[in-house]
Amino acid sequence: MAPAQTADEPTAGAGNRERLFAAINRADAYLQVLGLGWLTPLFRMAAGDSPRHQGKALWQLLGVPLVAILLFLAAWGALAPKVQTSLGAVPGPAQVWDQVGTLWQAHKDERAKAEAFFERQEVRNAARLADDPTADVRLRPYTGKPTYLDQIWTSLQTVFMGFMVATLIAVPLGIASGLSKTVSAALNPIVQIFKPVSPLAWLPIVTMIVSAVYVSDSPMFSKSFINSAITVTLCSLWPTLINTAVGVASIDKDLINVGRVLQLSWTKTVFKLVLPSSLPFIFTGMRLSLGVGWMVLIAAEMLAQNPGLGKFVWDEFQNGSSASLARIMVAVFTIGIIGFLLDRVMLALQAAVTFSTNR
Amino acid sequence: MIHVYGISSVTTLARTAVVALALVAAPAAFAKPLPLEKDELTIGFIKLTDMAPLAVAYELGYFEDEGLYVTLEPQANWKVLLDRVLTGELDGAHMLAGQPIGASIGYGTKGDVVTAFSMDLNGNGITVSNDVWQAMKKNVPIGKDGRPVHPIKADALKPVIKQFQASGKQFKMGMVFPVSTHNYELRYWLAAGGINPGYYAPGDISGQIGAEAYLSVTPPPQMPATMEAGTINGYCVGEPWNQQAVFKGIGVPVVTDYEIWKNNPEKVFGVTKAWADANPNTHLAVVKALIRAAIWLDANDNANRRKAVEILARSGYVGADAAVIANSMTGTFEYEKGDKRPMPEFNTFFRHFATYPYYSDAIWYLTQMRRWGQISQARPDAWYAETAKKIYRPDIYLKAAKLLVDEGKADRAGFPWDTDGFKKPQTEFIDGVVYDGRKPNEYLEKFAIGLKRTDKVVNGKVVSQ
Repeated sequence: MAPAQTADEPTAGAGNRERLFAAINRADAYLQVLGLGWLTPLFRMAAGDSPRHQGKALWQLLGVPLVAILLFLAAWGALAPKVQTSLGAVPGPAQVWDQVGTLWQAHKDERAKAEAFFERQEVRNAARLADDPTADVRLRPYTGKPTYLDQIWTSLQTVFMGFMVATLIAVPLGIASGLSKTVSAALNPIVQIFKPVSPLAWLPIVTMIVSAVYVSDSPMFSKSFINSAITVTLCSLWPTLINTAVGVASIDKDLINVGRVLQLSWTKTVFKLVLPSSLPFIFTGMRLSLGVGWMVLIAAEMLAQNPGLGKFVWDEFQNGSSASLARIMVAVFTIGIIGFLLDRVMLALQAAVTFSTNR
Repeated sequence: MIHVYGISSVTTLARTAVVALALVAAPAAFAKPLPLEKDELTIGFIKLTDMAPLAVAYELGYFEDEGLYVTLEPQANWKVLLDRVLTGELDGAHMLAGQPIGASIGYGTKGDVVTAFSMDLNGNGITVSNDVWQAMKKNVPIGKDGRPVHPIKADALKPVIKQFQASGKQFKMGMVFPVSTHNYELRYWLAAGGINPGYYAPGDISGQIGAEAYLSVTPPPQMPATMEAGTINGYCVGEPWNQQAVFKGIGVPVVTDYEIWKNNPEKVFGVTKAWADANPNTHLAVVKALIRAAIWLDANDNANRRKAVEILARSGYVGADAAVIANSMTGTFEYEKGDKRPMPEFNTFFRHFATYPYYSDAIWYLTQMRRWGQISQARPDAWYAETAKKIYRPDIYLKAAKLLVDEGKADRAGFPWDTDGFKKPQTEFIDGVVYDGRKPNEYLEKFAIGLKRTDKVVNGKVVSQ
């Protein structure tokens, strides 16, 4: 490793070493964002910093969380078997881990079935063509049940769709209401009333309207996807809108005045002054929105039986088999971990885009 | 794994070989499928063992034999399922027999739904909680073998309900939907034992007017949990949710619907009338596949049931433990824990012309809707027959059956070719009342509890006009 070598030469390497530590410190900022802050003490140790000093930092950043997780698992494993439900004892960590394996195996089995399905279809299509060369043969998509991984993918697509639409609506509205007191006054009551509405209340309305309006013979998206995505949009709109408005309204007045003096056009004002200086706020809003959207999505999928992780949870609850509780817990962890990762991705994006203004 | 999935991972080369081979064998291997209006279908179902014909038609490739690419989708509850059929999100669904009828006459959700395929006979049970069973058991005659004599009548429950009333509590039971078979079976059993399950009236859809037992809707899979939580004291539901109560040790099934009305019609396959009109060949193809599945399920005295249980236990279908599903699907039924009795007809899918949509079956549901006030006005006998003929479509069924017979996939003797759609007067009800589908009004007169010809529910009271 290069850092270790440089540390061997104290005289000539002093400058190098300083540069190395500076690099580590710079990297630390990114690592923190990615949730990998515990790597820094390891790097520092590798670069020759005192192991005692860095060991303490490592313990804080890595050891304590690990111990906490182990304690949590131990408590869970010890307490779970004591709670008897009608589906048997509450599963402990081992049973839940087992189900991860089962779900993965089910995914592979389903893929094999899909392959067989396409083979049979090709045979059938070939037969039809042989019978009638003008026959309209197409390869139909697989009709089997979506696996756990498919459900995760569906949920991710839905949440991003809903979140993007929400952002596209919320940011312009937020800017308008931040720039103009009139617009702000007009929007405020609507925001206040709709912000606290639960997805479960939106869903019936959305479902009815989409069913009535979205009529097409060859729809690009399925209705269930549109329903879930719009519900996510309606619920995740508000944090971005409010934060954008606040961000825009709190821009340094001098900056706006400079713009006036330079006689910048309206578009230039928005894109060169307003947007850059309110970006940190906008991103904070978007981060909150994505978090809300993810929570909302699961609830919407459970209620409306739209494909995704929520449906998986509900189906398992309805199955009532001895493995159901463990499978639901797998879903709970998946939802939690994905939610955490989404948040980190947004944070990283925020750090990347707003670097100059934030630091 | 089922034989059709035997080829799991074949190389491209082998795949080409398979195709080439099929081309040679084509005329023999493939009966020419109907020209389909639509070949990608989504069909909804509820997690119950009587959805088996759908799962079997899918897994054994019967749908694909007809050129259909079907996706089977579990639904949250009967209401969601019906709504999604009406909005066209689902092409068709496993439905309660009462749902096409209720929708067509405008009770609850309105919409024209038809059925050309009856999915099964029997398959439900009535379960009560352990406490209720302990109290009831004292009133049940015990046979020489030391076990309760079946069928258990609601007479045994009546004193328990009196106790509930005396202590100011309501006796509550769950059923799955206002127009469900279960609602009518539960009401039938209670009323046969002298317990009034309450009436419906325009403007009061609780169905609890004048009730001694209070019935309310709970989705099937939640029944055991709801009873365990004490919200209801018993329920009427399809399998595996009665056997589940036994396995969990939280309740005791006291009677099956086979004992309430021997070989009663249960679920149907429903589609909207508009869909049926727009896709006649597709509809035929679906019915063909379902008939084949039903034949398979009952073939050789239920020889295939073990395999059917394995299919149903997969998480995409019913998903309950195989042991629970097997209890009723393989010809037995377990009452009180350990009291397992043979019941070969508990789930009947093809025998006794089970899949034929009899008008008299539809009319029985209509009589029960009238009996309990869901149909608030008196109707002439002719109205019952006309309504049944609008909803039940044996013409489509027989066309599909004929195609199967011609293709050599079904035996001619398996279908009632010459019936006029009315079964002979049926005598095997728990209260001994005889049902003749041609005389619905006369039938209604025979019940001690229930609305008669001129009765109406006004301001919470039954009045005769």
